[in-house]
Amino acid sequence: MNDAKPFDVIGRTHERREARGHVTGSTVFIDDVSFPRMCHLKAVRSPVPHARIRGIDFSEAERVPGFVAHLTAEDIPKNVYTILCLIGVEPDEEHVLASERVRYVGEPIAAVVAETEDAAFEAAAKVRLNLEELPAVFDVEEALEPGAPIVTHWGTNHFVYEGHHCRRIRYGDAPAAREEADRVISGRYQLSPIEHAPVEPTGCVAKPEADGRVTVHTNTQAIFFSLDNTAIILQIAPHRLRFVGGTVGGGFGGKVDVIVEPLATLAALRTGRPVKYVYTRQEEMQVSSTRSASRLYMTDGVMDDGTIVSREVTTYHDAGAYSRHSPYGCTKHAANAAGPYTIPNVSVDVHCVYTNRTPSSAMRGFGVTEASFALEMQMDRIAREVGADPWELRLRHAYRNGDERPYRKTTEDASLVETIQAAAELAGVELSADLRAMSSDDREGVPG
Amino acid sequence: MMGAARAIGFELNGEPVAALARPLDSLQSVLRTQLGMTGTKAGCRQGGCGSCTVHVDGEPTVSCLVPVEHVEGRSVTTIEGLGTPEDPSPVQAAFHEGFATQCGFCSPGMVAVVTALLERNPDPSRDEIAEALAGNICRCTGLAPIIAAVEDAAARLREREGAPA
Repeated sequence: MNDAKPFDVIGRTHERREARGHVTGSTVFIDDVSFPRMCHLKAVRSPVPHARIRGIDFSEAERVPGFVAHLTAEDIPKNVYTILCLIGVEPDEEHVLASERVRYVGEPIAAVVAETEDAAFEAAAKVRLNLEELPAVFDVEEALEPGAPIVTHWGTNHFVYEGHHCRRIRYGDAPAAREEADRVISGRYQLSPIEHAPVEPTGCVAKPEADGRVTVHTNTQAIFFSLDNTAIILQIAPHRLRFVGGTVGGGFGGKVDVIVEPLATLAALRTGRPVKYVYTRQEEMQVSSTRSASRLYMTDGVMDDGTIVSREVTTYHDAGAYSRHSPYGCTKHAANAAGPYTIPNVSVDVHCVYTNRTPSSAMRGFGVTEASFALEMQMDRIAREVGADPWELRLRHAYRNGDERPYRKTTEDASLVETIQAAAELAGVELSADLRAMSSDDREGVPG
Repeated sequence: MMGAARAIGFELNGEPVAALARPLDSLQSVLRTQLGMTGTKAGCRQGGCGSCTVHVDGEPTVSCLVPVEHVEGRSVTTIEGLGTPEDPSPVQAAFHEGFATQCGFCSPGMVAVVTALLERNPDPSRDEIAEALAGNICRCTGLAPIIAAVEDAAARLREREGAPA
């Protein structure tokens, strides 16, 4: 029996099924999930960017009416992990709860569980921390200098890529081509960290079930990543966890990390009660990861007619105190640092650097966006310096189908030429007939 | 210490209710945790995002900044009182059909503000719409369809009232 309907989706308006719930307030977001006897978990956070933990005193917190339990690093079966261990990234370095040292402002050191949210806030505020402050480093280049305070547990402030101190691409001979170029055009570009600031804060509710499993309601964007990492951190079989999600009140990459579920699940197992752990707005802004602050240096060898013969990029990516998704972001960055342009000689070094800042992680195109920001500024700088039209400069260098990328992949689906042409039209920019005739399929009309 | 809990009565979506609350408990927390009105969202609990907006005697109000005793004897309308999935209000229908909601978390507060706006100004300009929504944050960058949906809702309401479009 063939009930297949004709293809009739494209070009027609279709109802967004979940929108009816959104506009009537009946969509269930994470903080709307509650159960009888539910407890609340709040983290005790570091007020300083780098310190040795000398002691944690719960005696006042335990006297708060409604106090139920506390957790420290010693309670976490596998306290040191790294999110991307699921795809083979090493080493484990992030602490679910800080032990021995804290590495950024807001790093969780302990957690308290209480009968009500107010009691949990009060108990968390009454935990006394004995911290011995250490020198901290906040700048990516200072972090790589000799004598800089060391953030990691292995003694250097950089992530190691297959034995190398940075993620590298070498294509052609960029330094030699630069020597032969008519001029060298350089730029330094810097991004600040960006917070995703979802209107719905990060959170979850972990509920122990009679069969020994735990149901975890969560607003994660990465439900199986979170399930697997929670199982690893708690050293329990994944089948004991059932994750329920799918409704995310704004994510943008900020709800990809595995942050609230392991603690809430452990607290639920410890207390035998449902446990809710939802960030405050302050935690969302200060503690949840950001887009990385990146600093890029670009040095291009350029001929007087505007032809770019070499591009050398050095990027310092601020991972913050823990790497999270940064090792992957830096690899994406390296692949895209020369831009969607065909340049015969390319050299890229991307340093994934640890500092005492809030860990950075995934955010909308992370790695690539930072590269695009810098290199499009650089393209405009080149156009200004050689007196070229910025549209023409880009169209001439735009990658074409069949071009080899610096990372040794052959382009098959280029549409940059056509996109630039369409953008010019939308912007009311009149391109010459030569430029309008260009195509991603060949180099017709490109001089040289 | 906050004062002792006592029964605080008010009208909620047309029905009398009473909540056992401490005087400084926020209207938002009483609505969400005691009265089951979870359509009132808690995005910041400091008056900054607008997602918890409800009507107090018809006036849009961020419920996180209002002590519940402030509404004693008054009339509160939450998003649940404006319409239902089966029977949405014209504003809700316009937001739904106009794709003026993405993640949906800010939508209840937006709908509450827009409903009040259109009650006092049936034909607002785009600037007046933007001004009315200045206290409501949408982080999914959906502001253009939201403003278009408000214009659509205004037209629907004017049509319903029989006024010339």
